[in-house]
Amino acid sequence: MVTAIAPETTYEKVYERPRILIEVHTHYCPGCTHGVAHRLIAEVLEEMGLRERTIGVASVGCSVFAYNYFDVDFVEAPHGRAPAMATGIKRMLPDRIVFTYQGDGDLASIGMGEIIHTAARGENITVIFINNANYGMTGGQMAPTTIPGQRTTTTPNGRDVRRSGFPIRMAEMLATLEGPSYVARRSLHDPRNIRLAKKAIRMAFEAQVRGLGFSFVELLSTCPTNWGLSPIEAMQWVEEMMIPVFPLGEFKVVPELKGLRV
Amino acid sequence: MPRELLKGNEAMAEAAIRAGVEAYFGYPITPQTELLEYMARRMPELGRVFVQAESEIAAINMVYGAACTGARVMTSSSGPGISLMMEGLSYIAGTEVPCVIIDVMRGGPGLGNIAPSQGDYHQIVRGGGHGDYRVITLAPATVQEAIDLTVLAFDLAEKYRTIAVVLTDGSIGQMMEPAELPPMREVPRTRPEWAVTGAQGRPRRVLTSIYLDPYEEEKTNQRLLERWRQIQAHEVRYREYYLDDAEIVVVGFGIAGRVALSAVRAARAEGIRVGLLRPITLSPFPYAAIEALCRQARAFLVVEMNAGQMLEDVMLAVARRVPVAFYGRMGGVVPFPDEILEEIRRVVRQPPRLEEDPREAWFQRWSLAR
Amino acid sequence: MQVEIIIAGFGGQGILFAGQILAYAAMDAGKNVTWFPSYGPEMRGGTANCTVIISDEEIGSPLVRHPRAAIVMNRPSLDKYEPLVQPGGVLVVNASMAGRAAERTDVEVVALPANEMAEALGDRRLANMILVGALLARLPVLTLEQVEHALREHMPGRHRHLIERNIRALQEGARAAQAAFTPAMPG
Repeated sequence: MVTAIAPETTYEKVYERPRILIEVHTHYCPGCTHGVAHRLIAEVLEEMGLRERTIGVASVGCSVFAYNYFDVDFVEAPHGRAPAMATGIKRMLPDRIVFTYQGDGDLASIGMGEIIHTAARGENITVIFINNANYGMTGGQMAPTTIPGQRTTTTPNGRDVRRSGFPIRMAEMLATLEGPSYVARRSLHDPRNIRLAKKAIRMAFEAQVRGLGFSFVELLSTCPTNWGLSPIEAMQWVEEMMIPVFPLGEFKVVPELKGLRV
Repeated sequence: MPRELLKGNEAMAEAAIRAGVEAYFGYPITPQTELLEYMARRMPELGRVFVQAESEIAAINMVYGAACTGARVMTSSSGPGISLMMEGLSYIAGTEVPCVIIDVMRGGPGLGNIAPSQGDYHQIVRGGGHGDYRVITLAPATVQEAIDLTVLAFDLAEKYRTIAVVLTDGSIGQMMEPAELPPMREVPRTRPEWAVTGAQGRPRRVLTSIYLDPYEEEKTNQRLLERWRQIQAHEVRYREYYLDDAEIVVVGFGIAGRVALSAVRAARAEGIRVGLLRPITLSPFPYAAIEALCRQARAFLVVEMNAGQMLEDVMLAVARRVPVAFYGRMGGVVPFPDEILEEIRRVVRQPPRLEEDPREAWFQRWSLAR
Repeated sequence: MQVEIIIAGFGGQGILFAGQILAYAAMDAGKNVTWFPSYGPEMRGGTANCTVIISDEEIGSPLVRHPRAAIVMNRPSLDKYEPLVQPGGVLVVNASMAGRAAERTDVEVVALPANEMAEALGDRRLANMILVGALLARLPVLTLEQVEHALREHMPGRHRHLIERNIRALQEGARAAQAAFTPAMPG
């Protein structure tokens, strides 16, 4: 039996598109978590009231068109150079909020020099690092974060560490430096972890707003198309295969941020 | 302003400061390091931005980022570092934001040496980075000109939203001459209407060099070309010496042009009707001026510290109307005036032939002489 | 009129500074001048040289193969530059370091034991100014007073206490050169 809804019932809106996220279809594949990461950033910027002060720096890779999805000022950097470009912007406009959005090929391979030195300078910017263990845009080649044994188009028999080396743990590495104020790795493979990821992103921008220096959030992400998995299998693959290699957590939190409730 | 005895590298740095440069990003490399060091001292003193980058690649991308905010920005380097910057130059050109680069050339290719050279002519004048773009290229021959052209570089870069390069070499960078610095200008406070500054009270702005649709990219190329046509029409600069009655026209830029001036004077003292055209803008190149000289010249002599890079532009302008001879020193060797004097005498004695390839003829003579 | 002077020796002998003082003096005298150094790794402990060109008209090349004058402060510089000085030019030799006499007879040679003379003035580092004084005694492209003025005006702040000593060295070099030079033989 159906109970008629009384006309006086009111609804509370508990979830909506953040206005910073432009209402367009993205170019990302079904099941890819770039969209989740975009949304979390947009929510954080909106909650912190930063839309009019923010300048984003897109990189080269699948997120090359990130600037199409955020209603903030944006530039598009050469491959790997986003942290250097962000440095130039932030030095000219120290009171603006500057963030880069980079994938693993961009940040951990061709842009390794720029990310390390930007972190070492303690450049007061925020870096969102999407780690999906392969080069997505060019069709699934080995990335610096490809896990041992993982098949890619350039490791067709699985990454053989004797020939192709080992994955790089960026968050752990950057956490060894004096410059960063906040370094964390989170995952986007389930709701609980997505909530933790949002908290980390919030912490990172809070660090920048407070002028505490370089902040970095690595997000384990899916790439179902290039991994050859369904979206659900891809989520499971992150949990089962990636997290053992890339453990989640906060690797550096300066004292000024400890106890901050976000 | 009184004349001061100034070293080229430091003079260019101070000139940039007085032109209102707001940020300098650089990396050490001889023979331009004094410029970086000068900026390291002066910029923070003035409350402006100085960053020693981890590489020239990072430096040019910091320039790129800062330029996107509409600020007056620059970097400087020498050949090997300029090569690393080429990626950034192409992006900056494609994004249509202004910046200034000083290239203090040294001997190459490769690591080469630190002696003065003009081997980067092709790299800068022809573009260097990928894609279809050009940069304004200014070639000083004296410390005073290095100052004046550094200031001009900022003005032209901003006027045309383009890259302006001061293409000089270790000799101008390292030498001292009396020169006058310009008065200190105000640092611009307003930002251009295209700058990325945070979308406060306005729609967002995006600065990018991506135009995925080829038709859009073609439009961008067309816009760049249209701008370049304006630059060609209005910004050609060169200097003439003793050309009124000259039958032989020497063409040389920068330090080679200066060495040629000594040789031209010595040849004049011998009664040879010779003059000098010294291009100041290598790009846009003074094609029309050289073309006009074809009416009076019996021969051209191009003198460079490379294997004949500007020679190709002179030949385009001369278009086989008049024979052209070439004399070059390479690898960081600076010619002495007497070498060029001897070349002028040789052009009188054995005029070059219209049908010969100047570089080939030079190479043959040079090989025989060794 | 154009005069070219090369000053050469070991790094640390004040080669570049001696050239700069001439350049300052020429600038203050309203002349055109260029100062062109050797630069780079060779400056660190090796040989150093600079070319100073002083002229009434706009200067072309800042480098010449055959200078009007050379000040050579050690043996390698003597070997390198003695053959290059223009006939009728001036060759000033630091006899303390040259290890041999100059052989040219078609240039004016002034050889002074500049190190010992400098020590007698209380500072071995004054050898460069002694030789500059000697040069100007034979090649009056600038007056001693003009160079003295340049020392007073342009000596860097941390070295200002050395100005008077440098001026004494300059004068001592000029005085000694009047007594000690070998006239050039005609052509």
